[in-house]
Amino acid sequence: MSRYLLRRLLLLVPVLLGVSIVVFLVLHLSPGDPAEIMLGPQATAEDVAGLRAALGLDQPLPIQYAHWMAHVLQGDLGRSIRMRQPVLGEVLTRFRATLLLTVTALLLSTLGGITLGVISATWPHSVVDRLSTLGSIFGASMPSFWLGLVLMVCFSLWLGWLPASGMYGAHGAGSVADLLSHLVLPAVTLAAASMTIIARLTRSTMLDILRQDFVRTARAKGLVERAVVLRHALRNALIPTVTVVGVQAGYLLGGAIFTETVFAWPGVGTLMVQGILARDFPLVQGCVLIVALVFVLFNLAVDLLYAMLDPRIRYE
Amino acid sequence: MTPAQSERRVRPRPGNRLTLAALIVLAAAVLVALLAPVLPILDPDSVDTPNRLKPPGTPGHLLGTDEFGRDMLARLAWGARISLLAGVGTASASMLMGVLLGLHAGYWGGRVDMIVMRLTDILMAFPYILLAIAIVAGLGPGLANAMVAIAIVGFPIYARLVRGVVLSLREREFVEAARALGSSDRVILRRHLLPHLLAPVVVAFSLDVGAKILATAGLSFLGLGTQPPTADWGSMLATARTFVILSPHVALLPGLAIFLVVLALNILGDALQDYLDPRLRHG
Repeated sequence: MSRYLLRRLLLLVPVLLGVSIVVFLVLHLSPGDPAEIMLGPQATAEDVAGLRAALGLDQPLPIQYAHWMAHVLQGDLGRSIRMRQPVLGEVLTRFRATLLLTVTALLLSTLGGITLGVISATWPHSVVDRLSTLGSIFGASMPSFWLGLVLMVCFSLWLGWLPASGMYGAHGAGSVADLLSHLVLPAVTLAAASMTIIARLTRSTMLDILRQDFVRTARAKGLVERAVVLRHALRNALIPTVTVVGVQAGYLLGGAIFTETVFAWPGVGTLMVQGILARDFPLVQGCVLIVALVFVLFNLAVDLLYAMLDPRIRYE
Repeated sequence: MTPAQSERRVRPRPGNRLTLAALIVLAAAVLVALLAPVLPILDPDSVDTPNRLKPPGTPGHLLGTDEFGRDMLARLAWGARISLLAGVGTASASMLMGVLLGLHAGYWGGRVDMIVMRLTDILMAFPYILLAIAIVAGLGPGLANAMVAIAIVGFPIYARLVRGVVLSLREREFVEAARALGSSDRVILRRHLLPHLLAPVVVAFSLDVGAKILATAGLSFLGLGTQPPTADWGSMLATARTFVILSPHVALLPGLAIFLVVLALNILGDALQDYLDPRLRHG
């Protein structure tokens, strides 16, 4: 396992290097001078020259990358042009909200998906199974940002049960109950599509496993059906599910951008969109870099978890 | 592909009502998109502020009006043009890039393969939509730039798919025979390998168009794709967000249009996959 871990960590180096190059090049995709674009048409030549020097844009590209990377490795992602503050602090503050939303959605989709999958496999063609099938067809086709608006109309506008936007209300700000009430709709919106995918996979894996000899043996021994399903079948069905959960975690991290925008959730996604519209390149670079880094580390964690769960897996 | 297979026409399986319904929905969307300029509908950009946010069923405005009093039906019809074009356009561009790179990576192997695969590794190390947003951040908001971004982030899937197929084909007897007969690499790639890629690539493409429509609409929703006043389902949703509490129909209708078209594309893609893959064919 330690050799495998070392190998996976070493493989991370070129990927992270590549990610950093792509993020760096984002600034240089612009047809024209990034400094001019950032400052807008009313900027003076001195302002543009000043920003060019501050960003090191007057240097050759490889030198610029080396400078930028040296700063990044020291935790300096530059200063936001719009907010005039260090990018790292702002991104990390907002990232907490994104992480809370993503992790809640991941828990919801995993627990909900596995429960639905187990029920569907145990009682195939039941109402739950049919609804789950329908959900999986709809889940892949429904824009999450639209689902969010639909839920907002239903549960905030018509029923008035849950708040429509933000992370805390104006009254009772800071309480856990307030936070949770604001978290429900964004988390359900973000989790919905992943839940249907996890449910379908768990269902098909469980159906395969429930037909196997060891399950028949467990039943023949007189074990109650609940123990057969939960203790024997589900444990084996979880291995492929972990992989899909890992893939979905990445999807959720990306999809959170839309959910945050719909519900005005103060996460890194909304920060990034604001940064793009304001042409605040250092801020955008910082947001993309942090999210991509977490995504890569998350994938690594899933790979390691997968190898731990199934001792047969040792990638060569 | 055997001659018998190639002679078959792509059609919904008898009795498969879902596939037929999907075909009808998609055909209707395509027809509306193509015929939008000649349909008896209002100008999608014609502002009528006294009649803003009218609900569906209002005389003269079957699906109501938006925040500027513009006719929702007209905007949805014209929006279909951009949404479908964006989906097909970006999926085609991704496919072309991916097939070209995957074909060469798989056939030549070695350094070419290494470079292409590392490139796809790096692009796939980002959440799909995050990379698209990052590229749009560099290029600047706008439909064309959003399409370029989505096409770029979409090609690795095709490249990997095609490379895998080519790797399994390049050592086969028919390729060796072609080489022994003196065929050049170009002829082998074009005449012998490319036709084998048709089935898997067509299936991937049919499933990808829906995903690309969602991605383009997503970028427009964030304000990074189509810019106002152009009618596009994603940007209609973006502006409607502000008025969703006041007039839910302005947000529900464009979303429903995206949902139905993508659902139809996914159902047809699945049916096509079943049809082209004998192992998945039922009955």
